Amino acid sequence: MDKRKNRLVILRLAGLVIAGVFISYGIGRGEAAIVLNKAVHICFECIGLG
Amino acid sequence: MQIGYSVKRKLLQVIAFGCSNAHLLNFKSGKIYTGKWKYFCNPGLNCYSCPAASFACPIGAMQAVNGSMNYSFSFYVTGLLLAFGVLFGRAVCGWLCPFGLLQELLHKIPSPKLKLKKIFLYIKYFVLVVFVLIVPAAVTNYMGMGSPAFCQYICPAGTLEGGIFLLAAQEGLRKSIGALFTLKMAILLVTILGCILIHRFFCRTLCPLGAIYGLFNKISIYHLEVDEHKCNGCGKCKRACQMEVDPVRNPQSTECIRCGVCVDACPQSAIRLGYLKTGGT
Repeated sequence: MDKRKNRLVILRLAGLVIAGVFISYGIGRGEAAIVLNKAVHICFECIGLG
Repeated sequence: MQIGYSVKRKLLQVIAFGCSNAHLLNFKSGKIYTGKWKYFCNPGLNCYSCPAASFACPIGAMQAVNGSMNYSFSFYVTGLLLAFGVLFGRAVCGWLCPFGLLQELLHKIPSPKLKLKKIFLYIKYFVLVVFVLIVPAAVTNYMGMGSPAFCQYICPAGTLEGGIFLLAAQEGLRKSIGALFTLKMAILLVTILGCILIHRFFCRTLCPLGAIYGLFNKISIYHLEVDEHKCNGCGKCKRACQMEVDPVRNPQSTECIRCGVCVDACPQSAIRLGYLKTGGT
């Protein structure tokens, strides 16, 4: 049981660390700006016109 | 008196819905919010073309980056979904998703209620892989840009939250209505009918976000635990679960949205929803 618990804790920590690295790297290469640009204009595909 | 999970959850769902759609005056003007909060993705499904939307839709954002000229994979959106997934798993669907709340309200409409065949649960994984990940990155135009296939051909949230309200407010947009809008309205009507008859029909059959978060249920920090010593196997939790999950046999099921109905139903107090503790099954 302890081994299972430890593995779970490691998986969770690894997941959060990878998430942090991905978010930082994505922001660094300008993905957040792409997201903002898409989100502040009406998405014609989303509303069924595009 | 102890407040049950159904009340706590409904309260948080309403708050999350309000925060996700805070710009109500935009419904009148037919414009959408264009502030900096839209750098950030909503944890749940909420169309960013809804006039009131405060944040970007994570599935729309992922397709936007995957289909952009320079990138075919979004580290930013994947990182956000990974963080939400590890922290909450599918509790995001149960507690925070605006479209999940709408589906639950639709299910309250009096009608015969049906169960969902298990085979339909797998459609959402196909939708995720094909319409969200592959098509936007692989099917591109002469500029190297792909279209957001899930938003374009499937997403009923976009039609309901964005399409109907924007078309009602802007005459210019109404002139562009064509076959695609008809297809999307048909999907929306099927979804509405499905949600009236079957609990969270869209969530369980088509939602790519539900597919992603479900995969994290086995490791998510917010999770369900069953105390084997207290459980007497009465089966009340299984009968109460509207997602048709057996919490005792499979507490970390990919379909469990951590709604807590089983916790409230258990006469032995053998089921627990919470953070960090990793005992139990």
